Amino acid sequence: MTAGRSFRLASGGLVARDAPLRFSFDGADYEGLAGDTLASALLANGVRLAGRSFKYHRPRGIVAAGSEEPNALVELGAVGRREPDTRATTAELFDGLSARSQNRWPSLRFDAMAVNSLFAPLLGAGFYYKTFMWPASFWERLYEPLIRRAAGLGRIAEARDPDRYETVHDHCDVLVVGAGPAGIAAALAAARAGAKTILVEEDFVAGGRLVADRREIDGVGGAEFARAAQAELAGLPNARVLVRTALFGAYDHGEYGAVERVTDHLADPPPFAVRQRLRRIFAKRCIVAAGAIERPLPFGDNDRPGVMLAGAVRAYLNRYAVTPGTRAVVFADNDDAARTLADLALAGVEVAAHVDPRPGAAARLTAASGVATRAIEGVVTRALGRLAVTGAASVDAAGAAWRVDCDLIAVSGGWTPSAHLTTHLGGKPAWREDIGAFAPGALPPGMAVAGAAAGDFGLADALTGGWAAGARAAQDLGFAPPPPREPKVDPDAPARASTLRVHPGARGKVFVDLQNDVTTGDVALARREGFRRPEHLKRYTTLGMATDQGKTSGPLGLAELAALEGREVSDLAPTTWRPPFTPVAIGALAGAHVGPDLQPTRLPPAHAVAVEMGAVFVPAGPWLRAQYYPQGAESGWLEAADAEVRAVRAAAGVCDVSTLGKFEVAGADAAAFLDFAFANPVGALAPGRVRYGLLLRDDGMAMDDGTVARLAPHRFVVTSSSVGGPAAHLHFDFQRQARKPDLDVRIENVTSQWAQFSVAGPRARDAIARVLDPAFDVSDAAFPYLAAGEARLAGGEPARLFRLSYSGERAYEIATPAQWGAGLFRALVAACEELGGRAYGLEALNVMRIEKGHVAGSEIDGRTTPRDLGLDKFVAKKKDFVGRAMLSRPTLLDPARPSLVGLRSVEPDARIVAGAHLLAEGAPFDARHDLGHVTTFGHSPTLGRWIALALVKDGAARIGTRLRAVEPLRGHDALCEVVAPAQFDPEGSRLHG
Amino acid sequence: MRLTCPHCGERPHDEFAYRGDATLRRPDPAAPADPEAEHSFVYLRDNPVAGHREHWLHAFGCRTLLVVTRDPATHAIRSIELAAP
Ligand SMILES: [Zn+2]
Repeated sequence: MTAGRSFRLASGGLVARDAPLRFSFDGADYEGLAGDTLASALLANGVRLAGRSFKYHRPRGIVAAGSEEPNALVELGAVGRREPDTRATTAELFDGLSARSQNRWPSLRFDAMAVNSLFAPLLGAGFYYKTFMWPASFWERLYEPLIRRAAGLGRIAEARDPDRYETVHDHCDVLVVGAGPAGIAAALAAARAGAKTILVEEDFVAGGRLVADRREIDGVGGAEFARAAQAELAGLPNARVLVRTALFGAYDHGEYGAVERVTDHLADPPPFAVRQRLRRIFAKRCIVAAGAIERPLPFGDNDRPGVMLAGAVRAYLNRYAVTPGTRAVVFADNDDAARTLADLALAGVEVAAHVDPRPGAAARLTAASGVATRAIEGVVTRALGRLAVTGAASVDAAGAAWRVDCDLIAVSGGWTPSAHLTTHLGGKPAWREDIGAFAPGALPPGMAVAGAAAGDFGLADALTGGWAAGARAAQDLGFAPPPPREPKVDPDAPARASTLRVHPGARGKVFVDLQNDVTTGDVALARREGFRRPEHLKRYTTLGMATDQGKTSGPLGLAELAALEGREVSDLAPTTWRPPFTPVAIGALAGAHVGPDLQPTRLPPAHAVAVEMGAVFVPAGPWLRAQYYPQGAESGWLEAADAEVRAVRAAAGVCDVSTLGKFEVAGADAAAFLDFAFANPVGALAPGRVRYGLLLRDDGMAMDDGTVARLAPHRFVVTSSSVGGPAAHLHFDFQRQARKPDLDVRIENVTSQWAQFSVAGPRARDAIARVLDPAFDVSDAAFPYLAAGEARLAGGEPARLFRLSYSGERAYEIATPAQWGAGLFRALVAACEELGGRAYGLEALNVMRIEKGHVAGSEIDGRTTPRDLGLDKFVAKKKDFVGRAMLSRPTLLDPARPSLVGLRSVEPDARIVAGAHLLAEGAPFDARHDLGHVTTFGHSPTLGRWIALALVKDGAARIGTRLRAVEPLRGHDALCEVVAPAQFDPEGSRLHG
Repeated sequence: MRLTCPHCGERPHDEFAYRGDATLRRPDPAAPADPEAEHSFVYLRDNPVAGHREHWLHAFGCRTLLVVTRDPATHAIRSIELAAP
């Protein structure tokens, strides 16, 4: 038991001893220092048990000191801010931080689920595939909840995330990834040459190994060198250093994704500050200086808390001034061990043994480091202890077994270049025999690699290589490169990484992937079952998946598979690394596009007038439209819409239709182009006339509909539906340039430039006359049905008038430039009210179009032809138009295809709802008896019934019969009469009334 | 992806609307009906591993339709020209 003691060294480290921070872990209170991560603060307090493992619930500790950490995943925050699977090694400590361990029940020290360890044979490779197969119904009720409880990686937040996120775009000449020695040198070279440079670092301190190891550059300590370089870059106008910024992906054409943790490390974030910022960085050149990741070594129970990567041990000692143990065994097979031995001894940690399998290496390195310890030429075969390491069992070259008491085993199997970013665009890592590891292979255009990421593990090579890469990038872009630089550094001896073979004397479970609880036994089992390629092994065992993406486990897995296959690791291909390099919160990817801000909201010019009138709004695509305008005692949409429909049918109503897509089409060939774009013969329109227009896709399906008005021989005004405006615009521009490039025609989208209102009802002409210039003649003789023309409002403002009807009443659409829209709407509402009418919204508009059998977006759903919709009478017989050829396909002429009909409820109060399925009376409710569906519905005060439009098999033949409209989700079941689509005034006499 | 519009310069792909294969030729409406050719025009698409000529419309820019020659394996852009010069 170590808790209660301080493991903080008396001096040293990049921690602020005058800034103590309180934090809690699993409800217990502790103190750390500014500059700590949660992991270093836990270790400083002697807390070495950090979590339980994913599958077997084995006790786990802290393994690494960076984003490669596979084990120490904790949950931070609460409710909406709960964040599972946070690596304690990257969580920057702040005052009041509260963390909880994961995968344990009921407590970390006693975990009932640890019995899973006893069922290990059952939970081996592919257990999901083998165990939970049958019956299917057990999945939802039994297996999934069980698996979730037993094996989940953390809990997700149960409430909406209250924080704000944003996305920014950065542009630079040279992007440098990683602020270790190579990255710092590259950024300095590029920035001093004058290139616009961005240096990103995922850590909150720049320096990489310079702050984790005791190094010297040109007589200056490594941490001081990093700090000075960061200050120089920050002072240059053409350079930026972004810490707490993880570069997670490389994308096409020099785009990179990075996430900046803006306020995660603050106890008390300023109000309105964003929590995280997604940076889309566009860079002409990129230098990947992401360093290297140390490899663990395979031996029995190598997952016990206290088994730690040697480089992490040095980072805790040097950067955080924390001793992760009191008595250590160093087990390594490379010369970095000399550094580990020296740093441990300097910190006063007793080194119980140094184990190295290479002939003579243990004795040589022990002597060179001057540390008094037992040198064992051999291997560690097993970590002893359960909740913490209590010793190491080892075997020497002569076959003698040793047992050494210790509470820390520092392991190193050498280093693997962090090549992830170099492979995101399809590049493959290449085997490097000299370093015994896979390193970046072919690079995408504009990318270079430097330092340990390039396999240059020595400090001098990292500095000169980084400098050269930065200078070359600047030179490529036309900047004069700075002269080469040859820094003097303390000597190091980077060595070839090991083969990572498991010693035959190993006992206990040998873990390959700590995060996914994959053992050498699982790898062997998977191979026996035929999963012999790394990609197959990954899918079957989950080796290399989850938050760490195999950063530490990848090399071990490959080595184990190669050993079993009797092949060299170099013959195997590592599994593909894909973005993100490090986990990215969905909130950061969404940025500001959440809730009502998912997309911009468009408001028509007279929106404010509708607000004043108390309208209730409904989204229609990006638009916010008035659904109804409640008056007096009207309690909801049904009463208000009924009253609005009655007002239109009895007097006059005005509806804001400014949201319609509006296009000006002009040029000598405008008529010819529109004839090609529309299925009906709109090019034959006489000037001063308007008519219906139907757009088809190339495959003959209806795409949208609207109107075409000819204002002058070479000038047309076209409308589309409101939601379909952008698609219609794209369609016009595409067809003009791709199919009719020789026509003299121009198309402008003027949707936002014009306000437009529909005025309908027997008194519509009187209402319109009140807002128009009195000189304009609106008599039926001068302005008959389907007339179109330019006019002036009473105040002289320009206007366009169209005599069109959607409601079936005498109706006009009047348009004016947007700046006069609100005034015109106000005037029209007043005119209608004086005549006994009122404004009407989308609901009443829909009811009246159903009464008249007019189709809209709910029927033009991408699967319906003009024939299905009863619009074939409009389709031109003689001209060519988009979609013409495909209309005559035999399957589209099948009379059994669902076609448009009207419905009305038999009982006045039986509601028909959209989405209801139609069945013959007495037929069972199943897919085989499904005859079609209701596309739109409303209540018709005119007919005193619920009415609807529907697409029904053999539609025309069913007119006069009865069907059931069933919608089981909300329990609607209405008996309906099938009628012709136009239920009201089918002969159209009211158009002229 | 970044596309260099001849009018607007290098712009992110978010500004463009993809409109598919630019090598398709609409069957001549004046020729006798050829259902095979019509079907091919509407539904059949080649998926060449080498350069692919495709339509991109600069929807949030100059509204010009471009013919982009792109390597589908690497996304390398070989050329960008106006569809209707
Ligand atoms: Zn453009």
